[in-house]
Formats: sequence, structure tokens, C-alpha cells
Amino acid sequence: MITYIAKRLGTGVILALLVTFITFLLLSTSFGDVARTILGQSATPENTAALMTAKGWDRPVIVQYGDWLLSALRGDFGTSVYTSLPVGPSVVQRLLVTLSIIVPALLITAVISTMLGVWAATRGGVVDRIAQGISLIGYIVPGLLLAIGLVVIFAVQLKLLPATGYTPLADDPAAWIRSITIPVIVLTIGGVANMSAQVRGRMIDELRRDYVRTLRTRGVSSTSIVVKHALRNAGSPALTVMSLEFIQMFGAALIIENVFALPGYGSFAFNASLQGDIPVILGITAFGVALVTIVNLTTDLLNGWLNPKARDH
Amino acid sequence: MTLLEIDGLRVAFPGRGFRAAPNEVLHGVSLSVAPGETLGLVGESGSGKTTIGRAVLGLVKPSGGAIRFEGREIGGLQGRARRGLSDDIQVVFQDPYSSLNPSLTIGDTLSEPLIIQGATRRDARARVRTLLDQVGLPSDAVERLPREFSGGQRQRVAIARALGPRPKLIVCDEPVSALDLTTQALVMDLLVDIQRQTGVAYLFVSHDLTVIRHISHRVAVLYRGDLVETGAAVDVTSKPEHPYTRTLLLAAPVADPAEQRRRRDERRATASAGVDR
Amino acid sequence: MAQPESERPLTRRIEPVTKSVTAPSTSSIAVARANGGATPRTPLWKKLLRDPQAVVTTGILVVIFALGLLTPLIAPHGPNESVLSMVNAPPGTPGYPLGADESGRDIFSRLLHSINTAAISAILGTGVALIVGITAGLIGGYFGRATRATTEWIFSLIMTFPGLLLLIILMPVTGGDYRATMLIFGVLLAPGIYRIVRNLVLGVKNELYVDAARVSGVGTLRILGRHVLTVVRGPIIIAAAFMVGSTIAVQSGLAFLGVGSLEIPSFGAMISSGFRNLYIAPTQFLWPSLLLGLITASLVLLGNSLRDAFEGSKPKPSKVGAGQRVAEIDAETLAVPPAVLLGVRGLAIAYPTPSGDLIEVVKGVDLDIARGEVLGLVGESGSGKSQTAFATLGVLPNEAVITGGSILFEGRELIGLSDAQMRPLRGKAIAYIPQEPMSNLDPSYRVGSQLVEGVRSALGISKKEAKSRVLALLERCGIADPARTFDSYPHQISGGMAQRVLIAGAVASRPKLLIADEPTTALDVTVQAEILDLLRDLQSELDMAVLIVTHNFGVVADLCDRIAVMRQGRIVETGLAAQIFGDPQHEYTRTLLGAILDESSYRTDPPVTAPTQGGQA
Repeated sequence: MITYIAKRLGTGVILALLVTFITFLLLSTSFGDVARTILGQSATPENTAALMTAKGWDRPVIVQYGDWLLSALRGDFGTSVYTSLPVGPSVVQRLLVTLSIIVPALLITAVISTMLGVWAATRGGVVDRIAQGISLIGYIVPGLLLAIGLVVIFAVQLKLLPATGYTPLADDPAAWIRSITIPVIVLTIGGVANMSAQVRGRMIDELRRDYVRTLRTRGVSSTSIVVKHALRNAGSPALTVMSLEFIQMFGAALIIENVFALPGYGSFAFNASLQGDIPVILGITAFGVALVTIVNLTTDLLNGWLNPKARDH
Repeated sequence: MTLLEIDGLRVAFPGRGFRAAPNEVLHGVSLSVAPGETLGLVGESGSGKTTIGRAVLGLVKPSGGAIRFEGREIGGLQGRARRGLSDDIQVVFQDPYSSLNPSLTIGDTLSEPLIIQGATRRDARARVRTLLDQVGLPSDAVERLPREFSGGQRQRVAIARALGPRPKLIVCDEPVSALDLTTQALVMDLLVDIQRQTGVAYLFVSHDLTVIRHISHRVAVLYRGDLVETGAAVDVTSKPEHPYTRTLLLAAPVADPAEQRRRRDERRATASAGVDR
Repeated sequence: MAQPESERPLTRRIEPVTKSVTAPSTSSIAVARANGGATPRTPLWKKLLRDPQAVVTTGILVVIFALGLLTPLIAPHGPNESVLSMVNAPPGTPGYPLGADESGRDIFSRLLHSINTAAISAILGTGVALIVGITAGLIGGYFGRATRATTEWIFSLIMTFPGLLLLIILMPVTGGDYRATMLIFGVLLAPGIYRIVRNLVLGVKNELYVDAARVSGVGTLRILGRHVLTVVRGPIIIAAAFMVGSTIAVQSGLAFLGVGSLEIPSFGAMISSGFRNLYIAPTQFLWPSLLLGLITASLVLLGNSLRDAFEGSKPKPSKVGAGQRVAEIDAETLAVPPAVLLGVRGLAIAYPTPSGDLIEVVKGVDLDIARGEVLGLVGESGSGKSQTAFATLGVLPNEAVITGGSILFEGRELIGLSDAQMRPLRGKAIAYIPQEPMSNLDPSYRVGSQLVEGVRSALGISKKEAKSRVLALLERCGIADPARTFDSYPHQISGGMAQRVLIAGAVASRPKLLIADEPTTALDVTVQAEILDLLRDLQSELDMAVLIVTHNFGVVADLCDRIAVMRQGRIVETGLAAQIFGDPQHEYTRTLLGAILDESSYRTDPPVTAPTQGGQA
């Protein structure tokens, strides 16, 4: 088990190095543009070059990357080119906002999808068609339209919830819940569409397996067969889908943060990218990769717990 | 003169996982097949009998020893050189469902090897008709897909495909194991008839001693990657030398209640004698 | 020696699949179909034409994208032609059918131009994804482990990163140009295609027909093109439909955020501007939203239709614990002699065909088993013998319908009982041993805990008591180290041992009737002999009645008191074992027994040494 974790962690570290390096390499092609943007109207070839030297952007890419990596390992991700704020704390602060909508959305998705999927797979008929209908609606409507639609209905027409803005949990828990409600709903609908179909399909497959028939012939109850046996075996592939869903939600959150004017990770990345704020972009990438590694590792560990075969390999 | 000669054949598969030790499934097996002869290879799962067939076909790479066809070493041949052997060595597999591409018509399946050998489309078509006739299938089978045929008929198609390039040796890998009793007998008769007509040699792999006894001139018994006994079919299957062959022989139940009772008692007696020893 | 038809190794590949999915083997359906008429072979496009969902969505998409192509001819204004006096003009303004936006640009014209932006995005994104994904999938799937490990690693790396975020981060590189962005997005979509192709190729590569092609001298490229791509085609087309939808949605999303040139008309940019204007002109965001929604919805629905057409209908769920389906039949209970433990009368079982008709696979079966008697139910594949056994246990697959007959166990009618009513009988009075040992154990639980659960369900005893009972049984069933096996997972034990475990589970509650469905078919001969010994000993020890379903006359001769021979859903002959073997009455029984390869005959003709290869015609 320990070698298993070590192996996974090792892969994560390599992934992190590779992704940050590739990002660095790609961004290095636009350092000149960034310098000119910073200087604005006063940009001349001479002072652009001077700025490049001052920032150290004229050195070989590998050296710059090495520098960045060494300080990043010490927890120093540099400062924003524009605001001069330290990158690390800003990213963490923004990340927390995004996680505060993604984590609830993911948990709700997991619960609803499991219930809906199991319900559809074990009841069939009308129940199944309803569940599939729900899933189809989530697929058909793009998240962007869903977000706008919900804002128009709940915030603009009914004035039940705030259209935009974010209140930190520590400031006012009730306001926090109100501010994340619509974003969470939007993410959840998309997630449930995908996940519930997965759970349903896996459950149908499992319930048709030989061992289910054998358990039935021993007098084991339907509840035990569905919950204890079929769901557990269906759980391992569903978990993998869930981890991908989590990562996808990060992409979707980008648009949702924009619609609802949430000061999250995605909008932070967007603004940094628009301005060419290279230290911030790199910090965001590094934290993103770290997060992905953690999610994958957690998934692998859970899979190992669910599926004894995975443990032995 | 021997057609096929296997000398000290070893095959090892890479172990699972990083730097795992390779897993040797054949530990130096020597065999030979004469032209027009059937050599039966019998053994249980894990005996390596199928691997021998696949090594002869060039589908697995030997890790040691030699495979000679008409005196020429073919064990490690790859690519073009190996493909040159395809009109001499052919195959009939065990599973008539997965051995035919479900999306190709029978005609396409049968003409593919002929066209690869350089036949014109017209010649190929004529040859396909002859082949279908030879294995007892109607000529309108050309236009049809494998799923329209039963297991036994599919196996006939597979035999026709193998006969296409007029090979000297056909590796038969459990060709009748998947078939129903009545079909099994018919397909075996067909294989014997074809051998008499064409003088093709068979390397016939099976787990079933009864099948092996019926079709083989000579029999080789394999156990966990080693050859334990080889000889004329009559000798090996009626007065086996090796204890494993005897176990194998006594373990198979016979379709006669009285005879089966006798055999069971004999087997149990042997087993307890083995324990006493 | 008679082991007439040992389909051992093969059953592992074919039978379990058909058995666990739809219980009658494919051959029985084929037989039924051959009796009932022609085999349906509908071309794909015909199937699609018959599906209204496919026709309508294709129609919508064709109209929309045709409008896009005709834009230069039909659009009244240029996409960026702004007229100050027309700022936020309402719908219906002359020359501005849907009104104008905040910059005074015609919304209708911009919509038409946006269709083209969407189309270009879709072509670029999907195109790159397909090219990269298919190429890498073929390479990764077909070639050796090292190659696969590399492609695998690269694609899982791409897959684990949030795509949209990456597109944003790379904005300084792409300059926000939507075409460049979509090319990168295509690469990000490629892992999906890669996985589909790689999995299919890995599957196909191990198919024997690919081996046969290689033996026939077919080169690698030709194999990939001819044998592999044909199989991969369907799933790729389905995936492409969904990918076109997601590229368009992502392009809109990015444009909504404001990535890229403001000059490029796109749904996202229009929605964004309409959204900003929500309070001034509430309908502005509606038009692009509707069109975008229509396009993506059509693509998803079309993708679903394509999936149905290519892959056929997927298994449908049905109510768990509902009991077997029974057609309206006369509730006429026939009398059976009191000595009979299980009496089956006129049992008929049918399965629905894709067209909805019912096809009978069991057509009126009569069977009697006395207490303590061993009955062999013999037949070839597709004869309906397993179906008969499943019906008795009450575990027919959901699609199956009992169309007639009666199953009496100790005088009690079993047909029509609900799952809950059957449960007290199962395990306790009637037990089951399956064919395939491995697939009949739940892979996620230790062997012991599965057995304990069964024993407790049947007998309602304490956990501790159940455990000691199971341990004793494992030992009785010939397992050398019961405690260790008890704590093992199914994948850690051998097939023979798994079959012993299943036998222990079946006899744990001393059932009156044991139904064994081909209990030794998946095993090696030497293991088979040991399992047959075990079954015989347990039978006499517990004085169980046993119904053995098999195709192997050797097994029958070894164990059975009486034999019933089954063919195409009917029992053709029943009798004592000695009678059937010694003096078979029915012609089919004689054929079967005649097909058994003789014990004493050997190949006598010498090898033909002079090939007569020309003379085959």
C-alpha cells in the first residue's frame, strides 16, 4: 500500500513539473509582449529590453524555470507584475472561493446521482424514463445558458437570490449560502446529468452479473444485493467518472464565476491571462496541478478500498 | 523427412509490473511433425499446448530453442520473412465466434489471404467457391455475414480459410471444443477427409484425450510446460507410461455407467495408493 | 472414454457472456429465428431513417448550417455594421427583424454569421481531436506495451487538467484567436477519442480473426485499416456528434467571457452583450441562447440516436425483486405423485425479440425428481436446459416470460410467486451451483463473508455460528486451509477452489434439492473428477435430490440415477440411466449417443505422404 501511494505521488510530482515547465516554455514566447504591455505607451525597444533584463526575462528559459521552481518549493511564487501582491496567498484565497461552490456541488451531485441512478436501475419502467429525462435535460442545455436562465428567473424576475457577488462564509453564513446557491445548482445539474447516467448504466450491468444470480439463489435479500453488492462493484468506475467530473467543474466554474461575478480561481486566471501576468499564471497552474494530483490520489485510494483487485496490482 | 521440427522450445512472457521476473510457460519442448501426419498435443489449462501452436504460427516469440519448417529456422522470423510462410502454415482456432471478423462477408474473409498471396480477384472468387464446396457449405455463403451461421458452420468457414493457400501444415487449436457433440463429430470427419485428400499435416491441440485419440497419428502429452510423454496414439492413450497421462486418462468420465464406476474405483485406488506411498 | 463434448476453454469466452446478459444462448435465439423466418439485417441509414429523433435533429442541423453557408446572400447587414440610430432597436424594426444590439448591429445578421463561427470551431476542434485521437489510439492499442505506456501517460496527463482553464492560461500564446484556441481544444478533447479507439483496438487485437489475418500474411497497416477501423468506426461517429456539441458550447463560453477579438460574431459574444443589456432590452440574449440551445440539443439527441442505431438497444432495467414475469396462463395445478419432490409440467418460457414478439425457448417441459434422486438434464446448447433450471430457482432474467405450465415443489406452486415469497425457499430448500466459478463470486468481498451472508439469510443464525459452519463446510468440500480461503478474495483462489467454495455455499443449509448447472464444464478434467466425487459424496451424505444440467454424457454416467434428454425446448426422452445408455428409444437420443467418440477406436490410416494438392476441385 505504501509503495502504491509513493508511486502515485511520484507520478503526481512528475506531472506537476512537466505541466509547469510546458506552461513556462509556452509563456516565455510572449514575455516581450508582456513587457510592452506593462510599459504601455512609453514602450520603446530600449526600455522594453531594459525591463526584460530587470525582470530576468532575457535569460535562458531553463534557468528562469529553475529559479521559479526553487523559490516555489520554498513557498514563494513571486509577486504579481501589476499589483505587486504575493502570488501564493492570492491564489489560495481565490481557490477557496471556487472550492466553496465546487465541493458542495460535487457532494450534492454524488448523492443525487447515486440515488437517481440506483432508483432508475432497480425500478425500471416509468421511473427509469423520468430519471433518463432528467439526465437528458442536463446534457442538452449548455451550462452557460442554464446559468443565465437561472439568474433571469430567480434573481431578476423573482428577486429571491442575489444575481451576483460573493459573501465569504466567515462574514455572514446565510449570505454565503445565498450567494453560492445558483452557481451550485448550475454545476449540480450538469454533474447529475453525467453521473446519474453512469451510475444507472453500471448498476444495470452489475445486476445482470452471475454472482448476483448466485446470491439470489442463496436467499440473500434484494436490498443487500443492490446496496451491498451491486452498488459497491458499480462504485469503482463511478468514482473515476466523479474525479473527472470534479476537474471538469473547474472549467465550468470559470464561466459561472464570470456570470455571477464571483472572485474565484477561474476569473483570477482569466484576468491574469488577459493582462499577461506571468507569475500569477504560473502560480495558478502550479496550484491547479497540485489539486489535480490530490484528487487523483484520493480517487486511487478510494478505488483501492472499494476494489480488492486494484489493491493487489 | 520431417515437416516441422521443434527443438528445446522455450517461451516466456514478461512478468506483470515493473522489473517482474518473466514467466516461463514452456521449458524446452521438442517435437516433430511429418508431412501428412496429425500430431495431437494434449494437456490441461496452463500446460502450454496452445503456446506451442502460437509459436509455430509466429504469434508469440520463442525465448529459446528452435522451430524448423522444412529444415529452415522460423522461430524468430518477423515481418515480410514471416509473411512468406503464410501459404505453408495456416491455422484453425478454437472459437468460431471470434475467429471470423463479424463485419466482413464470408467471401471477403476467404479471399483476403488469397489476394494477399497475389491472386487476381477472379481467381480468388473461383477458389473461394471450390473451398466452400470442399468444406460442405453452400456457394451463396459468399455474400453472407458470419452471424448468419451456426458455430459448426463458422468452423467450416475457418477451415476453408486455412485451406485457401494450400498449406502444408495447419495448426488446429481446439477446433472442435466449442461445438456441440453432434457437430463435433462432423467437423472431425471433415478434417480427416481433407487430410486424406490433400496430405496436409495437422498440429492438433486439444484438452480432450478422446478427440485427440480419434484424429491423431501420434500424441504428445504436456504438463505445466514440459513434454511428459510422446508416442503413437494407440500406445499413449491405451497404455500410458507416465503417471500424469494415466491420471488424465482416468479422470475423464466415460459415457457408460458401469464402465465409469469401474474407472472411478480404479482412479480412487490409484489416488490412495499415491497417498500411501 | 466419453467426454463427448468438452467445451471447457471456450465456454469461458462465449457462454458466460451470453448467459449472464441474456440467459438463452445466442444459438438458441438463432435456432428459434431460423424456425421463425429470415434474419433481420437492416442497414444503418435505414435504421436512422426510421428513428424520428434522428430525422428531426438532422433536419434542424442541416437547415441551421445551410443558413450559415447562405449568410452572404441572406444576411441584411454585415456582422459588425453598426448604426448609431439603431442602438437597442426592438424586434420588428424594419430591416432589423430581431432588433439591434447595444452597438446598433443587426441581431439577425449577427446570428447568421455566428453559425459560421460555430461551424468553423466545430470543424477545427473535432477534426484535431479525431486526427490526434484516432492516430494515437491505433498506435497505442496495436503496438507493444512500451508504446502504449507512453501514449497512455501523455493522454491521461492531458485528461487530468481542466481544459477550459488551460485555454485561458494559454491566452497570451494564442492571442485569444478562436481558431487557434479551438485547435488546442481539439487536442484536449483527443483523450476521449484516444480511449475509445485504444480500448476497441485492444479488444479487436486479441480477437482470433486478427491472429488469423496475421497468419495469412496480412501486414500491420492492412490489418489496422481493414479489421480494426471497421469496428472502431461506429463509436467514433457517435463520439464526434457529442464533440461537435461540446466544441460549439466551449467556443460560446469563451466568447462569452470575452476571449478573442470583439470583431468575431459568435453566440457567446451575443449572449454576453444581451446579458449586459438585460434590464434595457430583455429579449436580446434570448435569440442567440435559443439558437445555441437548439444546436447543442440537436447534436446530443442525434448522438443518442446514432448510439442506438450503431450499438443496438442497451439492456433496460427492470424492477428488482419483482419475481419472474408470468404471462396469463390457466391456473390449472396438475396433480403429481406425493413421492415427487419437484414436479414440472408443461413449462414454457419465452423471450422477446427486438421486434417485440415472443419466441419460446422452452416449449412444454415435464420433469419429476423424487427425494434423494439424481436427475441429469442433458441437451446441446440452446436446448433450453439452463432456462428450465433457472425457472425452478425463480431467477430467470428479467426479459424472460413464463408462458405456461406449472412448477410444483413439495406440492407448492412456484410459478407466480414473488421474489419475497421465493426467498425463504432459496438456499434453504433449493440450492444452486453455477457453471463458471469465478464470475459467480462477488469480486469485492472476501469468500468467507459472502458465504456467511448466504448462510445467515437462509438460516437466520448468528454471525459466529455461521462462520464456524462455513469453515467446517469448506473443509468438508476439500479445501486444505479453510481459514485462509475464508479470508481470501475471489481473485486470489483458483477456479477449482472457487467451485468448491460455491458448492460449500450451496449445501450450507442442507437443501432438499440441489440444482447444478454444468458444474464441471469450466474445469480441467482432473479437477472435474474431484468435483464429481465431492458432489456424489455430498449427495449421499445429505440425501439431497440433485438436478444436473449438462451436455456431457460422461458426467451423467458418473452421477445420475435418471436422465432426461432435451432438444429445442422439449424433453424427448426420460428414463433410468442404464436404460437410456443401454437402449435409447428416441432417435435424437440415439444420434447423441452415436456422436460420442468411441473409447476403443483409433486413427488407423497412415499419413498420406504424397500431397495431391491440385485435385481439390
